[in-house]
Amino acid sequence: MSFYEDIVRYRDLDYQNCLSSVTDSQFYGILEKPHLSDMDFLALLSPCAGQHLEEMAQKAHDITIRQFGRTIMLYTPMYLSNFCNNQCIYCGFNQKNKIDRHQLSLEEVEKEALEISKTGLKHILILTGDAPKIAGLNYLESCCKILSRYFSSISIEVYALTRDEYARLIQAGVDGLTIYQETYNEDLYGRLHLKGAKTDYRFRLDAPERGCEVAIRSVNIAALFGLDDWRKEAFLTGMHADYLKKKYPETEIAVSIPRIRPNAGEFQPKVIVEDRDVVQMMTALRIFMPRTGITISTRESAEFRNHILPLGVTKMSAGSCTAVGGRTSENKRTGQFEIADERGVPEMAAMLQASGWQAVYKDWQPIM
Amino acid sequence: MNMRDNNDPLIIGGKTFASRLLIGTGKYAADTLIPKIIESSGSRIITVALRRVDFEAETDNVMKHIPDHMQLLPNTSGARDAGEAVRIARLAKAAGCGNWIKIEVIPDNVYLLPDGHETVLATEILAREGFVVLPYIQADLVVARQLVDAGASAVMPLGAPIGTNKGLKTREMLQIIIDEIDLPVIVDAGIGKPSHACEAMEMGADACLVNTAIASSSDPVAMGRAFGQAVEAGRTAFLAGMGPVKKKADASSPLTGFLRH
Repeated sequence: MSFYEDIVRYRDLDYQNCLSSVTDSQFYGILEKPHLSDMDFLALLSPCAGQHLEEMAQKAHDITIRQFGRTIMLYTPMYLSNFCNNQCIYCGFNQKNKIDRHQLSLEEVEKEALEISKTGLKHILILTGDAPKIAGLNYLESCCKILSRYFSSISIEVYALTRDEYARLIQAGVDGLTIYQETYNEDLYGRLHLKGAKTDYRFRLDAPERGCEVAIRSVNIAALFGLDDWRKEAFLTGMHADYLKKKYPETEIAVSIPRIRPNAGEFQPKVIVEDRDVVQMMTALRIFMPRTGITISTRESAEFRNHILPLGVTKMSAGSCTAVGGRTSENKRTGQFEIADERGVPEMAAMLQASGWQAVYKDWQPIM
Repeated sequence: MNMRDNNDPLIIGGKTFASRLLIGTGKYAADTLIPKIIESSGSRIITVALRRVDFEAETDNVMKHIPDHMQLLPNTSGARDAGEAVRIARLAKAAGCGNWIKIEVIPDNVYLLPDGHETVLATEILAREGFVVLPYIQADLVVARQLVDAGASAVMPLGAPIGTNKGLKTREMLQIIIDEIDLPVIVDAGIGKPSHACEAMEMGADACLVNTAIASSSDPVAMGRAFGQAVEAGRTAFLAGMGPVKKKADASSPLTGFLRH
């Protein structure tokens, strides 16, 4: 059993009819339900529900406060390597893009770690492109060994790995896995991913499950919004998360809602995802899955992040930089994408405090 | 009767406490609220998740906000089996958090329900090592009895799933545990308002642990005070002995009244 079987099943769904037939009366009925079905969740993504964002926001806010309190966990990304064998047409690290390629040496990793640790953050997300012969498992393990001296939680956002490879990284101190399907539309996926290992839709789709199978502590999934119809992508993201949380209840499942940002390539989003669409997705996800974490990165602007804070967010990045060695290197390299919120950790913490939220710097303790 | 200087103290692990309300440290908008809530609620026992404590941090260190007079009750939040709970307990002790431990073994991230079997295993190991063990469990008499044998110092059955604020959904099962288990019974989780805590105490629970309902209030300090008062009121009512509940008014004795003539 794989989530792919659900994907195949949902291909036959008449989305257009389901989404357009939702009435106000149905919407209010769903809002009162203690547990939502998959079709209830889809209804919350409908144009009709989009006319009731305030009601959805109120409900999402109440659920979030009860489940997670007035706290936001902060983390920051560290880009280890931008070498990549893939040609994903929306990505700044696309093999064909003429950018300065670099991989941090272990000395540079230590230097970046030291710099980040000065902010007090204890959760780090490490990222690479897809070039296993350069940024391979041995390299990642060595990086984790260094990073574990500075951080209490290490998550990875790297190329899709096998189950055994995830198990090796867990042994090296990794407790979180972030991996985005980019699009759940298999045909479109093939047209967007032209070369490299990432062309394998199924291997990518099942990667979060492989992490769960070897008992990784948390898994964060998403689609990249702007590639296809956001309502369908949000629905399948939610169903993917629902599938994982039911099958692997011991794993903390979280979702992100990333929108495409400008990057070194020339790709332009196929679908414009408005701010109100992000709000609808976030509140629908929160109402559908009360206990699921929701991550918002610095792809979003400071102003927008401030506004959506109470609507379901549990985790935010701060002090972000999408370039390899971006915090300590004198060589200013091109990032994977342009970030939209450049606030550092102290500014984010101050904003959260002023808004009545507590910035959480540490929420895991290694127990290996 | 004021519980803070009464002669009906709560005794756990050989220690005596003037308050029967235990509180948490999670979900607050700021850790600076913690000492104010301790003051307003009168609580003397506070639980803290080791996973959240950064002992070296200057800014984000919850321990700096917990007054010395409080009994610290580290918890094993994040543990998915007995082995992880035991390791977290040992880490907490090594970090200077003392030998009290609230065992939470939760292999279910959806409803946050505890695993009774693994909880009993962890309790056996930690009690043997000298920990004062307070395990969080479902309202299950069989597990509670196993925990007595395993060396627990109290049992902490849930009223409803964590964070739901739904009240004593397990009321009948809680009453059985209260009636049958000689250890202190602390109702934990699901208590959403002071009347729920009062109800648990009226039933004969020895104490209540409340976090979400206080932290999610728009005025946590006032809500802490309300919970402190509710727990006192419920305990006082329990000790006073409540009158029987009758279905009808009892104005006369229609069948035996003639005997009074």
